Amino acid sequence: MLTHRVIPCLDVKEGRVVKGVNFVDIRDAGDPVEVAKAYDAQGADELVFLDINASHEGRGIMLDVVRQVAEQCFMPFTVGGGIRTIDDVTQLVQAGAEKVSINTAAVLDPGIVAQTAKRFGRCATVVNIDPKRVPVDEFVKRTGRQPGYVGSGVWGLGLGKTVSTDDTPHLDPGSDSEPRTPNPEPYCFEVHTHGGRKGTGLDPVAYARRVVELGAGEIVLTSMDADGTKDGYDLEITKLISDAVDVPVVASGGCGNPQHMIDVLQQTRADAVLAASIFHYGEYSIAQTKRAMAEAGLPVRMVGAV
Amino acid sequence: MIGIVDYGMGNLRSVQKALQHLGHDAEVVADAAGIAGSARLILPGVGNFADGVRQLEERGLTDTVKAFAASGKPMLGVCMGMQLLFDSSTEDAPPGGPTVPGLGLLPGRVVRFEEDQGPGRPRLKVPHMGWNMLDFDASSTVLFEGLEPGPSTQVYFVHGYYCVPDAPADIAATATYGRPFCAAVHRGNLWATQFHPEKSQRVGLRILDNFARCEA
Repeated sequence: MLTHRVIPCLDVKEGRVVKGVNFVDIRDAGDPVEVAKAYDAQGADELVFLDINASHEGRGIMLDVVRQVAEQCFMPFTVGGGIRTIDDVTQLVQAGAEKVSINTAAVLDPGIVAQTAKRFGRCATVVNIDPKRVPVDEFVKRTGRQPGYVGSGVWGLGLGKTVSTDDTPHLDPGSDSEPRTPNPEPYCFEVHTHGGRKGTGLDPVAYARRVVELGAGEIVLTSMDADGTKDGYDLEITKLISDAVDVPVVASGGCGNPQHMIDVLQQTRADAVLAASIFHYGEYSIAQTKRAMAEAGLPVRMVGAV
Repeated sequence: MIGIVDYGMGNLRSVQKALQHLGHDAEVVADAAGIAGSARLILPGVGNFADGVRQLEERGLTDTVKAFAASGKPMLGVCMGMQLLFDSSTEDAPPGGPTVPGLGLLPGRVVRFEEDQGPGRPRLKVPHMGWNMLDFDASSTVLFEGLEPGPSTQVYFVHGYYCVPDAPADIAATATYGRPFCAAVHRGNLWATQFHPEKSQRVGLRILDNFARCEA
């Protein structure tokens, strides 16, 4: 039986893991290889390295990081961030990335998805989609298009369900956030770039179908509404996308505790979960997370004595 | 020396480094002399089946690889390198049209996972991507020595196509995705895995080590 993947995401700048990683037995918390090895030992199923370099030099260093990780860590990993051209893709694959994750470049020219799939196979071709809620009126006025889907759930946080951690107090780190109130204004989802700052006019469901048709073998879906909130994955958009395509979908953005992972895996067709800070700062270990998932009846891969 | 065939299809360094990490002598080989001079051979590969066949052919390695298989020395196919061992694949073949011929070292064909699993069954995501558990008869092949079938032996898969051997006896391990499928084969001096042992952490390293030590 295929198990659900738990995937830590690491931001890398000039060869260093930024935002640090803060858990036991790491000699150098900024060294991508050290961090990858630590996650490997913890039983992470896959890693995502996100290149956040702006400079040309930084990009060269990133290739070196990929080379070192590929040579020293015998686990799957994906590299994303800043991929503009098929040459960028080729360099990363040749350095040892087995999957590359394309974001803005696929919005600007979906042809890069087809090129990557043709050259390296669908299995190596991942597309990142960053959807964000926008008011329907604003969307129509700005783009001249009609939305593919109109929602009316919880606006702003907008997780499409009431977020309650009451049933799982042992998993909740203690949220002091205000209760969310539904906003009556109808909204739609729009694919964004630049960390949610720039709308593209694209409907995420139609866009997801399009990139899969072109050759995407996996979609990483990062809700710009949920990202950074630690209030849980965006169940509404994750359900829409994972129902719409027959390739694996990785839920991303908003994870604050293992129950959030359980929720998104049980309530949508997402296959895998990605998280950053809850692992990096040692709030939860991979093993602890997987134990909670297993107790909820989800198939996971346990490693060693846990 | 264990030779890892470089025919332009995917990353060979991980396989090489994994073997070196285990203390074995492993080298990337890209020509007939290198292949023939290897004591054991690994045929890796990711990407498209037809490209793999063409790359081997263009580099003049098809016959060398076949000759190695016939020599009786141990050989391991990995992922697309497994699929290439078979007679043919439906990848990129027109519907109802001719299939793409492979190396023909093992009888059988390579087919795609069907998203539609029939009425009442959930649709499958293709590619099959992630960690899946292996089912095997522990006594059937040395490849899984020291491993137990089931949840403790999970390996990393990433593929949209899988092999269907004609001879059930060639199947060394299965995994279940929608239905059981062939995850590894063994016949004589030939072994192959659909999963990536070099990406399968502790379990994968054990499988590579078993291959590096086995007697054909």
